[in-house]
Amino acid sequence: MSKAYETVIGLEVHVELATKTKIFCGCSTAFGGAPNTHTCPVCTGMPGSLPVLNKGVVEKAVAVGLATNCTITTDCKFDRKNYFYPDNPQNYQISQLYYPICRNGKIEIETEGKKKWIGIHEIHMEEDAGKLVHDSYDDSSLVDFNRSGVPLIEIVSEPDMRSAEEVIAYLDKLRLIIQYLGASDCKLNEGSMRADVNLSIREVGAEQFGTRTEMKNLNSFKAIARAIENERERQIDLLEEGKEVIQETRRWDDTKGYSYAMRSKEDAQDYRYFPDPDLVPIRISEEWLEEIRAKQPELRAEKQERYKKEYDIPDYDIDIITASKRMADVFEETIALGAAPKKVSNWLMVETMRLLKEHEKEADEISFSAANLAKLIQLVETRAINGTVAKEVFEKIFAEDIDPEQYVEEHGLKTVNDEGALRKTIEEVIAANPQSVEDYRNGKEKAIGFLVGQTMKAMKGKADPGMVNQMLKELL
Amino acid sequence: MTITDETIEYVGILAKLELSEEEKEQAKKDMSDMLAYVGKLNELDTDGVEPMSHTFDVHNVFREDVVTNGDDRENMILNAPERKDGCYKVPKTFD
Repeated sequence: MSKAYETVIGLEVHVELATKTKIFCGCSTAFGGAPNTHTCPVCTGMPGSLPVLNKGVVEKAVAVGLATNCTITTDCKFDRKNYFYPDNPQNYQISQLYYPICRNGKIEIETEGKKKWIGIHEIHMEEDAGKLVHDSYDDSSLVDFNRSGVPLIEIVSEPDMRSAEEVIAYLDKLRLIIQYLGASDCKLNEGSMRADVNLSIREVGAEQFGTRTEMKNLNSFKAIARAIENERERQIDLLEEGKEVIQETRRWDDTKGYSYAMRSKEDAQDYRYFPDPDLVPIRISEEWLEEIRAKQPELRAEKQERYKKEYDIPDYDIDIITASKRMADVFEETIALGAAPKKVSNWLMVETMRLLKEHEKEADEISFSAANLAKLIQLVETRAINGTVAKEVFEKIFAEDIDPEQYVEEHGLKTVNDEGALRKTIEEVIAANPQSVEDYRNGKEKAIGFLVGQTMKAMKGKADPGMVNQMLKELL
Repeated sequence: MTITDETIEYVGILAKLELSEEEKEQAKKDMSDMLAYVGKLNELDTDGVEPMSHTFDVHNVFREDVVTNGDDRENMILNAPERKDGCYKVPKTFD
């Protein structure tokens, strides 16, 4: 490579909003229902059906706009985007071209300690399409319209990113903001957050942007990073060979690690947008805006500040806990049930993080309840169980959200606080291990560890190690 | 305004219509007439007139976010020319 190139990246991020119903009809948005069980004449594009806008969609879109420093378009409306595809039953998608609901926003990202603002060009509301399943047996495709009409917002960034790291940081920041707002669960792997990458390259120092391509089908942060690297190389190779980059949409194949052009040039896109006459304009009054603003929940940065003031836990722990809305929720709920913040933070930072890693899960996927974690902490505090048993029980809580009180009771895991029984066991251990006993008496402090271990073993782990230690010293 | 052969060809592609030569000629004439009819509006002076976004002076018609529709698949799918496994069956379509 003879020249130095700069990568210029802008993102189009689609996010499924977490409303109960679709954007223009009263069908459920629940994920995973049997095909076509959440459909009606509106979301299957039947002639004569009339869409009516879900108020919750406007409120969630505005909430995201406010949290990303956008200007809210107080007079906005919907347009029709015309194209034919079997997953689009109306032959047009209801979207916003002329007056998107939010404009001119920005969010701050951080990569390798450097902060940078990424501009948001606009956010618009639109409806999702249905799903096509390809039937390899009889050369047909099957359409499921359950997803048709699920509300989306499309967040279009400015071409402000210069590397895969910045793209990931931007997506992560966006995901956290939206999750904290409760506007979406933002799961890349389930498609509730989808990112299309617009990428071009130019020589370092050039003023003009190069020709860009759009990359689709990116289902994980890893795939996004790989696709960016691959597309950058592909474009550089083209230019170095004296060829041109063609403006086109490409599809990323993550298993094969390369992309291919999706649409041919002859199939030019001409969406012929026009205002949707079925939907009346939206007017967002100052009062309504204020109402939404007042309802904005605490976002991550505010939460971090508050944790610093309220709880005596390290900044590092605060960063990890608040990096997932789900984990922060469990943290706060467990404390609300009476557990000490420091203890809760320890269970999350050590055992929870360890198990998440072991099961290759994200913190968002934590499925145990705060109630059961609080009970477990209580059991340890009252010395009803010892630390080793607590860890075992926690694995059960993590996996199946079992009730620790019940579990400990049923499996007889309670610490034996019967001094008589313990004394008897210790006397037996002392009698059976004369060498260690002698070592200890000769000043080898460490020998007592072995005797504690033997006692714990004889008690099947159900003794309080502190108590065993103390009693051993007495008896020796 | 006259419609060229190229325009008719292009509109045909966008609408996924295959037109015969006769139909193309007819469509050319019809479209020219329609544009001439709407073109009348260009004679008006619209300086200083706010673009209108809807013909009715109504705004903010909303639904509350409450599920009102249940599973009506059997009825809905009666509209499908062909069906399979609870889905609408269509010719094989890929990106």
